[in-house]
Formats: sequence, structure tokens, C-alpha cells
Amino acid sequence: MLNIAVLIAFALVTAAIGLTFWRLLTGPDKPDRILALDTLYVNAIALLVLLGMHLDSALYFEAAILIAMMGFIGTVALCKYLLRGDIIE
Amino acid sequence: MLEITLTVLILVGAIFTFIGSLGLARMPDFYTRLHGPTKATTIGVGSLLIASMIHFSTQEAGLSFHEVLVTLFLFITAPVSAHLLSKAALHRRIRSLSEPPPLIDATDHNAVTSDEPPRRPSPAPRPSAHPPR
Repeated sequence: MLNIAVLIAFALVTAAIGLTFWRLLTGPDKPDRILALDTLYVNAIALLVLLGMHLDSALYFEAAILIAMMGFIGTVALCKYLLRGDIIE
Repeated sequence: MLEITLTVLILVGAIFTFIGSLGLARMPDFYTRLHGPTKATTIGVGSLLIASMIHFSTQEAGLSFHEVLVTLFLFITAPVSAHLLSKAALHRRIRSLSEPPPLIDATDHNAVTSDEPPRRPSPAPRPSAHPPR
């Protein structure tokens, strides 16, 4: 039962990544695209956690922690660039 | 019992992640679009990480704490990034479904107290709220 649930969750998260990519490509404004990138890294964390449960390996959490930190830093840097025209003043 | 709990947590997390991205794709406005992915971050990835924590804690000896790190980091950083995104969108005057609030200058106190209808924002670029250092 757990395997079937993990496979259904894989399908749902992959569909979520597809919808987020559509917003990333067709977003009318720049903050839309930044928001799509932000959602994309959260979905990537969800996919990595599911993969770790599917393969019974705890190795994928290091990658999830790295993606969480770097994704947040990227979002903040892009927002600061839109707000101030510069990242490090 | 454990398997049922894990299945419910995984399905709830995946469904909320999908609904968050569906809201991102289908909402009509940037400020409403900002609403969807925060649910995906908190409930979706949160319950997936709880499910993973239970899974690895019952399989191996001892608790596994990697997931707590990821959960804490996501829960702390999600409001900060949403706040910065909305600030950037307000700064760039992104089209909104509702009327924007009237601009209040630092010297114009009548806009707060008077009963006149709110002024339309002037098309001229106003100086930034934070003067350059």
C-alpha cells in the first residue's frame, strides 16, 4: 500500500512541477517567474523526500537541505535585485 | 496502523503540493498567485517530511533528524520570501485585481484624515521609500 501511495505522490508532484514550469515560462511579469522558481525548489524538495522513501535511502536529505538553503538565497537575491537594482550594496 | 498513517500523510502532502502549484498556474493575479505555493510549502512538504521521519525512525535504530532541519528551514524562510516577493511586486506596480491603496506621501497628511475618495496613483515615478544611501 505504501508503494502505491508513493507512486501516486510521484505523479502528483510531477504534475505540480509541470504546472510550475508552465507558469515559469508564461509568467507575465518578473515576480511571477521568481515565484515560480521559489515553488519549483519546494517541489524539488518534495520529490527528493519521496525518492528517499521510495529507494529506502537517507542520502537524499543532504541534497534536500542544500536545495532548501540555496533556493531561499536565490529567491532573496532576485527579489533584492528587483527592489533595489543591486544585490550587495 | 503505521502503514495507514504513512499512506495518509504521503497522500495529503502530495495533494497539497499539487493544489499549491495548481493555484500558482490558475489564479488570475500575482497577489492571489502568491497565496497558493505557501500552502504547498507548509502543509504539503511538511506532512511529506513528517511521513519520511516516521518511516526512517521505525526502520533504523534511533530517530532521524535531517527532516526536522529541512522542515524548520522551510517554515522559517517561506514567509520571508513571500514578503520579499510581495514587496518587489508592489515596487514594480504589478497589475492587481483590486484597487491599489492610495499613495501617502511623507508630507501629505490630508490623505489619511480626509473623507475624499482615494486618489489614483500618479503615473509619474515617485521617489523610493528608502532614499539611496
